[in-house]
Amino acid sequence: MRPTTTNHTWRKMKSALAAGLAFISAVLVISPLGLVFFHLLKSGANSVNWDFFTQLPKPVGVVGGGMANAIVGSFELLGFAAIIGVPIGVLGGVYLAEYGSARANSMLRFVADVLNGVPSIIWGVVVYGLVVLRFKGFSAYAGGLALGLMMVPLIMRTTEEVLLLVPNGYREAALALGVSRWKTIVYIVMKTASKGIVTGILLALARVAGETAPLLFTAFGNRFWNHSLSQPIAALPLQIFSYSISPYDDWHRQAWAGALVLVVTIFFINVLVRLLTRGRVTSPV
Amino acid sequence: MAGRSLAAKMKPPSRFGDKAFEWVTLAMALAVVVLVFLVGWQLARGSSLAIRRFGFHFLTTSTWDPVAEQFGALPFIYGTIVSSLIALIIAVPLSIATALYLTELAPLWIRQPIISLIEMLAAIPSVILGLWGIFVMIPWLRDYPFPWLKKLFGWTPFFSGPIYGVSMLAGGIIIAIMILPIVTSVSREILRSVPNLQREAAYALGATRWEVTRIAVLTYARKGLFGAVILGLGRALGETMAVTMVIGNTPQIAASLFAPGYTLASVIANEFTEATTDVYLQALFEIGLVLFGITILANLIAQLLLRTMAVSMTTRAVQ
Amino acid sequence: MIKTQVSLRNPVPQERTEPTMSIVEPKTSSDAEEAAAPAFAVSHLSVWYGEKPAIQDVTMDILPKAVTAIIGPSGCGKSTFLRSLNRMHELVPRTRVEGKVLFEGEDVYAPGSDPTAVRRRIGMVFQKSNPFPTMSIAENVVVGLKLNGVRNRRLLDESLEKSLRMAALWDEVKDDLHKPGMSLSGGQQQRLCIARAIAVEPEVLLMDEPAAALDPIATAKIEELIAELKRRYTIVIVTHNMQQAGRCSDFTAFFYMGRLIEFGPTTKIFTNPAERKTEDYITGRFG
Repeated sequence: MRPTTTNHTWRKMKSALAAGLAFISAVLVISPLGLVFFHLLKSGANSVNWDFFTQLPKPVGVVGGGMANAIVGSFELLGFAAIIGVPIGVLGGVYLAEYGSARANSMLRFVADVLNGVPSIIWGVVVYGLVVLRFKGFSAYAGGLALGLMMVPLIMRTTEEVLLLVPNGYREAALALGVSRWKTIVYIVMKTASKGIVTGILLALARVAGETAPLLFTAFGNRFWNHSLSQPIAALPLQIFSYSISPYDDWHRQAWAGALVLVVTIFFINVLVRLLTRGRVTSPV
Repeated sequence: MAGRSLAAKMKPPSRFGDKAFEWVTLAMALAVVVLVFLVGWQLARGSSLAIRRFGFHFLTTSTWDPVAEQFGALPFIYGTIVSSLIALIIAVPLSIATALYLTELAPLWIRQPIISLIEMLAAIPSVILGLWGIFVMIPWLRDYPFPWLKKLFGWTPFFSGPIYGVSMLAGGIIIAIMILPIVTSVSREILRSVPNLQREAAYALGATRWEVTRIAVLTYARKGLFGAVILGLGRALGETMAVTMVIGNTPQIAASLFAPGYTLASVIANEFTEATTDVYLQALFEIGLVLFGITILANLIAQLLLRTMAVSMTTRAVQ
Repeated sequence: MIKTQVSLRNPVPQERTEPTMSIVEPKTSSDAEEAAAPAFAVSHLSVWYGEKPAIQDVTMDILPKAVTAIIGPSGCGKSTFLRSLNRMHELVPRTRVEGKVLFEGEDVYAPGSDPTAVRRRIGMVFQKSNPFPTMSIAENVVVGLKLNGVRNRRLLDESLEKSLRMAALWDEVKDDLHKPGMSLSGGQQQRLCIARAIAVEPEVLLMDEPAAALDPIATAKIEELIAELKRRYTIVIVTHNMQQAGRCSDFTAFFYMGRLIEFGPTTKIFTNPAERKTEDYITGRFG
């Protein structure tokens, strides 16, 4: 049966309709971003002031105060997380890229990808059992450990990817000079991929910087300065959370401010990464 | 002969360095395996008492009464499943349509900006979306869409009952927003990996753009797209902060989507630090074990499906 | 009158009688007294990649301080053979080797032998020039020395200049040593790689189609360099360009389908080859 003109027109209309629906979907998908940002700015921009960055939280019911300890606390937690996550992740990624067999490595990658899907709150529960119960208290150590463990599979995969991009010719050239294998990997291959490795680490840090759930019962939060890593410590996402669900308007205002600062910082890191990788991640051959 | 002097100055190569480095990196790579077992072991250990006490009934009882030390996980299982389902119903069509738009239909200049915007959405932490949810989304839902839904569908059990704002439906919507980016970006990768030959063959037969997409691309990418959906499901199951801020945190099983609910992840987040007795804490550990189990299962299935399309899944996509 | 021991061992049985001994006059070599023992004595060497044999039962002697060219059609195993001289083929997984490669009397494949040590004495230059992208010209040249433990600044600087001079690159880059290695032209990059290989003071330079990616002028420069370098190093060069083999080398080995068909002084191979196959290849009947 030959397609009639009307049939053809109808098919074309369907096609245009589908395209239109797809476009609308795309708009709908990105609209929450705009909505969230709009409200962040509207409700939070005014409250991001000097006080916010320098003052401690005031007692319950008193207006004012800031989140200085939460900001510092987040940095401390991220630092500790990096100490755990970076060595394990990077070296593990090195193994996957440079050693091992195809089958064993593909299983390890599979496990890493599945591990990436573990809800972040579970990491909090696990570290609670491992550290908080054992040492009978919430601590910065526990919080940092939870975040650090989350970073491991992330960094492992990004490091491996980036190392695999380094052309084999460089490895061969170095080995042909009589340089030992580990030195070839560290001083030639990793050096060539260093930008990519660093951006992978930054992305993982940006990812865990916004995590609240794993900190709920590890770092726990603190209304004052933390003076010892084995004590509870404040963190920006934690503070935002507890202020948001509180009944106090002033705390709500500060929560918006904290949220704005957190989101801007995370976006800043992501943009930085994008700029760094715009010039090649590794040099082209 | 001149010039062989430096050979003596070089340090003799040592096999030790190579072997040591290989072992160290291997140990670090095995960490992922160790971690999976560590998580499972900790959860099982921390819930052993509760498991022995409640047995299988834990999964089928709907009473959650810390005072009377009666713990049943059914309300949370129900809440997790329903909220995730709502999220999938909302997010999957939107995500796949958007992915199609980005790979097949959109003009080239618009693609990267949209992709970047979606990546920015992915970077928004859960707690911040929850904050927006409490103060912006819930009031709006309560004032406009919910009453409208009630007017239209109030005769069904799903849209009956009082409207508080915080509700199962709100939870589902906010999870949908959270999983949109990942389902979209993974779907995009899947669609991009469909070989052009498939499309060209369909075009050669005189198909319209939509027909090419439907016949050549979507059919070919079926398994992978399904994997993307399951990946989104895995993510939805584990969503914690945003959900707990808008779902109402009430352990009940209600037909109405306007009723407040509770998920596995939310109850842990909310009550873990309040758990006064051992049994209470163990029950929460056991909830964690259940949550771990279902998310691992979902992720396993998703990864297997994704790998059938031989797509290199980068961690950017698997955020 | 210089009597050189040359063994022409032709593993492929043939119809014509093989010459048992011939006297070869090496091209102008000031160190001819040292050309006594072969640099490499390859004996029944076979290499497999997995199940596939890449080269089979190759026996030949490579003379020191001379240029030996390996020619043959694509896939004949010449690169594999070259790489088996310094154990570089082991970078591919599941390779198997049988036979012996004696380098100055010691078997390169002896059970206790360390490939890294072997490669310090037998260097390699590749078809695609690959100066390390994160390093300057100077850093590229001395990287082998540094990573192998040489720390002395003065020694490194001396080696830098010496290697670049020997690679005929010094005058062109001496004012730009801090510039990235990748900023040089293709031909210069290749000479940089040669300098880098020379810096660790090997005794042998293996070259895998070093001028394949270069334009004729750059190629000519490389060939001049090879003529200079052979005074100091034993050079084995794989090339698909027969004219290049004819120009540059003292000895030529013709490989076909993984076997060594004929080996001898270049002039003989190109003017009066003993084997039919060799003649066919040289005259272009296949290739």
